[in-house]
Amino acid sequence: MPLEDSLGLNLLAANQHQAEHNRAHFDAWNLLCLNVMSSPGAGKTAMLERSLADLASRWQMAVLEGDMTTQLDAERLEAVGVPVVPITTGRACHLDAAMVSGGLTLLRQRLDPADLDLLWVENVGNLVCPAEFEVGEHRKVALLSVTEGDDKPLKYPVMFREADCVLITKVDLLPYLPVEVERIEAHIHQVNPRAEVFQLSAISGVGFAAWHDWLQRQRDTTASAIAVSHPVRSDQASAAALVGA
Amino acid sequence: MHEVDMTKCLLLSLQEWKLQHAPRIPVVKVVHLQVGDFTCVEPDALRFTYAAAVQTTWLAGSELRIEPIPLQARCVVCQATYTPNPQQAYQSPCCNHPMEEILSGRELKIRSIDYVFPEAADPAQVASGGEASQRLSASHRQQAEAIAPEPCPVA
Repeated sequence: MPLEDSLGLNLLAANQHQAEHNRAHFDAWNLLCLNVMSSPGAGKTAMLERSLADLASRWQMAVLEGDMTTQLDAERLEAVGVPVVPITTGRACHLDAAMVSGGLTLLRQRLDPADLDLLWVENVGNLVCPAEFEVGEHRKVALLSVTEGDDKPLKYPVMFREADCVLITKVDLLPYLPVEVERIEAHIHQVNPRAEVFQLSAISGVGFAAWHDWLQRQRDTTASAIAVSHPVRSDQASAAALVGA
Repeated sequence: MHEVDMTKCLLLSLQEWKLQHAPRIPVVKVVHLQVGDFTCVEPDALRFTYAAAVQTTWLAGSELRIEPIPLQARCVVCQATYTPNPQQAYQSPCCNHPMEEILSGRELKIRSIDYVFPEAADPAQVASGGEASQRLSASHRQQAEAIAPEPCPVA
């Protein structure tokens, strides 16, 4: 008689375990980790260039930069003056927890992550797979540019469902497009009524103040949650122990 | 086709399960998955990549059975259960409310695994030295000697 193990285990359990391990590091370092996702060309790097420059006086930040073949985005962000670790994924169309773990190892050669307030993970441009592969982030941020059309939240619902925050980018182009930004927002809320939505233009800077306020709230919320679960958070030994594990 | 990466991570998850039985190596017959309709996974593609990926591994000869789980949501206004329709923007047909509470359809689960241990095969066959158990042993040896799975490029 064949045996049967009832598991109810996540298909991606191996990835999930690594993601939880990464998150334990982030919590021990008391930093907020954001997973930034969108289709290629939606403006992830342009948003980051502006946000990194605007927030540099407020927070210590670093970027793990996922790209399939080049390090062009990493070079753009490095120019802003923030540490960037490029993660070239080869043929893989998304970052996963193990790749981010590898990026963290490289990052630790350059700085002490406990000094960071915010760690950005810029995912590979893709509206499908990154939605299913957690990397240990505290919040998922999805971008959608107005040039992509208002139907994308309905065509790629899992991504927009999973996002905690959706940034509608390139709104400075709206006067030239037969697109209603209200319809984009409505479609996002059809699949994810709880998503916070902001309209941005990295060219004009419109919307960045509200977006950064949201980031501040997440930073405050995460820090207080960590303070509860790690009462002695300044204990660097716990982070060191985790890294050594 | 991200099902290739899904499959590689599934193999890693199964590897973790196998280690729980160490030093014995289970011979896996069937891996039962539950895959929700509201995921980024195409069952046919997953079956195809699984069959290709396990050929030279300890899972060779195993079958992947996928139970699709329909997307079901609850209307938070009237509490009715409904099947969201992309053509209607996923809203509830009763109150036209956005898809807020998902009841099912996000599953990406290994529900169960059917397997045998060669040395603990059917006692009757073992006692009689039956052909079946020898066949099983041969197949087990073959699988144990098979090349280990190619590591997930993401591992």
